[in-house]
Amino acid sequence: MDQNHPPLLYLDGVSVSFDGFKAINNLSLIVQHGELQAIIGPNGAGKTTMMDIITGKTRPDEGEVFFAGDVDLTRLDEAAIAELGIGRKFQKPTVFESHTVWDNLELALKKPRDVFSAWFYHPSKEDVGRLEDILATIRLTERREERAANLSHGQKQWLEIGMLLAQDPKLLLVDEPVAGMTDAETVETAKLLREIAKSRSVVVIEHDMSFIRDLAARVTVLAEGSVLAQGSLDHVSADPRVIESYLGR
Amino acid sequence: MITKTLLRAFDGKAIWVVAILIAIAVAVPASNLYLPVGHPLRVPNHFVPLLGKYLTYAMLALALDLVWGYCGILSLGHGAFFAFGGYAMGMYLMRQIGDRGVYANPVLPDFMVFLNYQELPWFWYGFDMFWFAAIMVVLVPGVLAFVFGWFAFRSRVTGVYLSIITQAMTYALLLAFFRNDMGFGGNNGLTDFKDILGAPLQAGSTRAALFAASAIALALSFIVCSAIVRSKLGKVLVAVRDAESRTRFLGYRVDNYKLFAFTASAVIAGIAGALYVPQVGIINPGEFAPANSIEIVIWTAVGGRGTLIGPIVGAVLVNAGKSWFTGVFPEFWLFALGGLFVAVTLFLPKGIVGALAQGWTALKAQRVSAQAEDGSDAAPEPSPAE
Repeated sequence: MDQNHPPLLYLDGVSVSFDGFKAINNLSLIVQHGELQAIIGPNGAGKTTMMDIITGKTRPDEGEVFFAGDVDLTRLDEAAIAELGIGRKFQKPTVFESHTVWDNLELALKKPRDVFSAWFYHPSKEDVGRLEDILATIRLTERREERAANLSHGQKQWLEIGMLLAQDPKLLLVDEPVAGMTDAETVETAKLLREIAKSRSVVVIEHDMSFIRDLAARVTVLAEGSVLAQGSLDHVSADPRVIESYLGR
Repeated sequence: MITKTLLRAFDGKAIWVVAILIAIAVAVPASNLYLPVGHPLRVPNHFVPLLGKYLTYAMLALALDLVWGYCGILSLGHGAFFAFGGYAMGMYLMRQIGDRGVYANPVLPDFMVFLNYQELPWFWYGFDMFWFAAIMVVLVPGVLAFVFGWFAFRSRVTGVYLSIITQAMTYALLLAFFRNDMGFGGNNGLTDFKDILGAPLQAGSTRAALFAASAIALALSFIVCSAIVRSKLGKVLVAVRDAESRTRFLGYRVDNYKLFAFTASAVIAGIAGALYVPQVGIINPGEFAPANSIEIVIWTAVGGRGTLIGPIVGAVLVNAGKSWFTGVFPEFWLFALGGLFVAVTLFLPKGIVGALAQGWTALKAQRVSAQAEDGSDAAPEPSPAE
C-alpha cells in the first residue's frame, strides 16, 4: 500500500466463517477516495457479510481492515465506525417507521451523538436548511410531516439514502438500493448515487445489471467469499470465470 | 438551551396535565381540611392517603412507561426501585420513632431489639437525618438501575431475556429482604411510624401535605418525562425501540441511551416509593414481589403505553377498581385483573388513552371531510364498508 496516499478503505486477507462455513475467504479490496464502486456476485457470495465486517457488526477471524490509512476498523464497534464517517444503507429499507420523514433525517444529521447533546438539541437555521436541501434531493419535500411508515417502498429507499446524506459520511455502503423499485425510480436512483459520488466514495451492492450500467462504475465480482474479477462491467462480463459462476446460470 | 428544552415540556396537552395536577394538589387537601365534616364536597379523611397512594402508583407507572413505552425495555422488576425508595424513607421514619417504641430503645428500632442486635448496623447510619434519607431515596434505586443496566445493555441483553432477568432481580431482592439477618425487619418490614419531619403522620394536616407533595412530585416527573420524550433524545429512544441496530449504525451508542432512560426511570420510581410509604404506613418485602411489578405493567398497558398521560390514567383507574373490587368481591380481584389485561391486549392495544386519541383524530377527519362535502355536495352519501 502506498503510505503517502492511502486508499479510503483497505481490506486485506479477510476471512470469516460461521459454523464452519467460510462466508468470506481471503478477501482483499480497495476503495479509493471519491470512487463509485459496484459489487456484484451470486447469492451467498459474501457481499452483505463484507458490509457487516466494514461496519463493525461482524468481527473477521483474520485479516486487516483499515479506514483512511491507519484506523483499524476491526477494533471498533458500530457506533464508533458510523461516527468515523461510514454510512450504511441496508438491503431491506429500515427507516424509523413511527417517526416523520423530517425526524428521520434529523436523527441522521451529523451532530454530537451523546445523550445530553441530544436532550438539549435545538435545530439551528443551518441544520434546517441542510435538511430541506436533502428533502429536495430525495424528492420528499411534500411528505416531510408524514410518518415514514406511510411511504411507498421506493420512497423509503430514498429516505434512507437521504439519511445517509444527512450523516455526511466519507464512505457510503449501499446494499441493493433499487430492489423493488420501478424502472423510472431505478434510473433516478442511479442519477442520485452518481451525484453523491462526486463528493464522497460510494460502494453499491446490486443485482440489477442495467442499473450498474447506469452507474458507470468500476465493478468487483465476488464469488464464494473472495474477489473473482475487477474492472468495467463489459470487462467482467466477458470474463469466463464470471460467466461460469454467476452470469451464465 | 436548558430552559428552551424545559419549555418544550409544556407543549400541547402537557400544560393541561400539569395544571390539573397542581389544581388537585391544592383542591383535595383544602377540601379535606377546611370544609366542615359532612359537606358533600369534602374529601373524607381516609380518602386522602388512598388518593395519595394512587398518585404515587401513577408516578411509578409513568416511570415504567419511559422505559417500556418509549424505549421498548419491558422491565418486570420496576417494583424493586419503588421498594428501595420506600425502604429508604421507611428507615428514616423508623429512626424518628426514637424511644417511643415498645422497647423504648432510643437508637435501635423495635425489631432490632427483638432480634438481639447490640448496635445499629452501619447501613442504618445517617437515616436519622431527613436530607440523608432523601438523597438515598434517589441514589440507591439510581445506582442499582445504573449497575444493572450497565451490565445488561452492554452485553446486549434485549427483549424477553431482559424482562426475565429484571424479574429475577426483584425476586432475589424479595428473598433477601425476607431474611431477618439482612437488618431490614425481615418479613414484617418497617412499620409503626410516628412522625415525619416532626409532624405526626396520623394528623390530617400531615396527610394533606403528603398528598399535595405526591401530586406535585407527579407533576414534576411528568414535566421531566415530557422534556425527555419531546426532545431529540426522546426521538432516539423511540428509534431504539423500533429499530435498535439501525440506530446503532447511525452512530448512536444505544446502550448509553437505554442506561439513561432506565436510570432516570428508576429514580422516579424510587421517589414514588418514598412518598408511598408514609401514606400507607408500612413497607415490607412484599413490595419486591414479582406480581407487583407485573401489575405496574398492566396499569401502563391499560392506560396506554407510549403516551405520558396513559400510565397516569391507567394506574389511577385500575387501582380505584382494585379498591372497590377487593371490598366487594375480594376473591375475584386477580381474575378481574387478568381478564382486564387480556381484554386490553386484544381490544385496546394502545390502551384507553391511545384509543381515545385515535377516536378523536378519526372524528376530526370525519368533520373536516363532512365540511368539505357540505361546500360542494349537499347530500353526503352513506359510504359502504367503512
